[in-house]
Amino acid sequence: MEIFQHLMGGFLIAFEPLNLGLVILGVVLGLFIGAMPGLGSVNGVAILLPVTFLVPPTSAIIFLAAIYYGAMYGGAISSIMLGIPGASTAVATTFDGRPLALSGNADKALIAAAVASFFGGTVSILLFTGFAPVLASIALDFGDFEIFALMLLAFATFIGLGGDDIPKTIFSICIGMVFSAVGFDIISGEPRLVFLDLPGFSRPINFLVLAIGIYGIGEMLWTIETTRGSPTMSKAVLSVERVLSNLRELLSTWKTAVMASFLGYFVGILPAAGATPGSLMAYGVAKLTSKDPSKFGKGEVAGVVAPEAANNAASTGSMLPMLTLGIPGSPTTAILLGGMVIWGLTPGPRLFVEQEEFVWGLIASLYAANLFAVLINIGFIPLFLWVLKTPFTILAPMIFVLCLVGGFAPTRSLHDIWLMLIFGIGGYLLRKLDYPLAPAVLAIVLGPIAEPALRQSLLISDGSFAPFFTRPIAGPITIIALLLILLPVFKYGYQRIKGRGETQ
Amino acid sequence: MRRAELVTAVVLAALSIYFMWKSAELEIGWIEDEGPGGGAWPFWLAAIMLACCGWTIVNWIRRTTPASDSDLPFMDGYARKMFLLVGGGVTAMVALVHIVGMYGSLLVFLIYYIRFLGQHSWVTTLTIALITPVATFFFFDIAMTMDLPKGYLEPLFLPLYAIFL
Repeated sequence: MEIFQHLMGGFLIAFEPLNLGLVILGVVLGLFIGAMPGLGSVNGVAILLPVTFLVPPTSAIIFLAAIYYGAMYGGAISSIMLGIPGASTAVATTFDGRPLALSGNADKALIAAAVASFFGGTVSILLFTGFAPVLASIALDFGDFEIFALMLLAFATFIGLGGDDIPKTIFSICIGMVFSAVGFDIISGEPRLVFLDLPGFSRPINFLVLAIGIYGIGEMLWTIETTRGSPTMSKAVLSVERVLSNLRELLSTWKTAVMASFLGYFVGILPAAGATPGSLMAYGVAKLTSKDPSKFGKGEVAGVVAPEAANNAASTGSMLPMLTLGIPGSPTTAILLGGMVIWGLTPGPRLFVEQEEFVWGLIASLYAANLFAVLINIGFIPLFLWVLKTPFTILAPMIFVLCLVGGFAPTRSLHDIWLMLIFGIGGYLLRKLDYPLAPAVLAIVLGPIAEPALRQSLLISDGSFAPFFTRPIAGPITIIALLLILLPVFKYGYQRIKGRGETQ
Repeated sequence: MRRAELVTAVVLAALSIYFMWKSAELEIGWIEDEGPGGGAWPFWLAAIMLACCGWTIVNWIRRTTPASDSDLPFMDGYARKMFLLVGGGVTAMVALVHIVGMYGSLLVFLIYYIRFLGQHSWVTTLTIALITPVATFFFFDIAMTMDLPKGYLEPLFLPLYAIFL
């Protein structure tokens, strides 16, 4: 009952004119950002975060969460119409969305994507409302050992389940952490890692400098190289009659939608997993459990419903650890978490006690964002199709401009825009060699939390690592983290044994 | 691709060693009653980075990663051309901020990109190139009262301040 009261209070905040306006604006921007090939929620949130310094923190997070949400809807639009995922979270949507569009059923795919997104979003927000306060109250008892163990788990997820090259993933995590240690030692206050003795390095590197560099400049360079020439767009026939008959047909996929929503939500909760693996897994499960798996990949509506329900559910899921534990569940929530620090809030379970308005305003705004996203999405499909025709040679320079201004805004230092440029170009070159970059962004956000937690823990235990394994909550988390880190080794060993068995 | 993989790993290894050396300017060992020294955290992270580079080099020798076993060029002609034109353009934009300030630099960059790289009409180019800095000015300098760098164009903005601030 208490949750209900909090939620009602949250709605009063979310429906204040400023906040409601920001929800709608955020959803529209998010739909647009998600629909553009190469740009996803993480790019939008990173590039637009500096803009939110204009409004109070609650309104700022409501705006950014609405972008996050809108982008999850929007990603499907270019996956279906162009066959290019609008964002990595919508990769799985191309598998069946594109064949549907090519066979003249683009409208069916677009509506299935929008309705499935709404369904996944709604289920996950309900789960979120129920789970978040409980988890936060448990997390209130967490000490330094537990916090560090959770950080370890977040990075272990990348190593064990990320699917990228392992030494390169670990490298990316560590370099992000080292960047977060630049400036001065937080405990003794001594200057530390002042590279080349430049005065710009005598204060910490703002995470946005790295995030905008990688997700703005680096991403654009990458997109310009990979999308040579302009892709061809399918035609969509839209009429009220067709919309209604499509909706009727969608009813038969409700089981897939339920499965995908729950799966997406729980994958989203895993630290660092996020919406991309969530949607891919949901697609896989939908195919496995289907009566006729051979239809998948050829234009099966359930193949659009599964990843779209899952990516929206996962985006809500990834906010759960962000709000309750102070550990982001995805790269986008890592940036939101960094934003909270800039707005002067301390992420973690105490938010639920000290910043009720912020937390419940955000939760209530998710309901509103979800509703507006589906209405705006379906209502303005023709508009988004028109926007998709914007030449990349106009969009790209506008994004570079936003990066430049956005990179300057948080610290107002020219040193930082040079650094952002170096990160962007370096990130682009490293990405060509399969270095994953999301772990570095997560690391620069988590570094300032992880380091003091580890140092305090070691001080308490007098230099012993044993309590990380023996404490009742930290123990299991550390062990799961180590198992995840070792998972690729097990897999490798298993494959070798299996390979030997086959050759004999 | 194969050569780029090795060169990158060696460069990153050198960077890791620099980070380790820089961290060692602070105490990296245990300080009695204070716990680990201030340099310990970045030092050991950089050490892991170095180990990862070594691991990547071992993979390179054994040709077990896609990049280390690929004969494709790291950048083909198109990629190199676009990288130089776009990357160079963005670098020039950042450099120009020091001289003509943020707004002047945005204007030049937008004209360069939209007109010369994108080959759009002058009408489209100038519409976007003029509206963008003006909108940015009203958002940052006026609404957020955040003074963006103006470089040598500062005097031009004085009348605007007088009207809007």
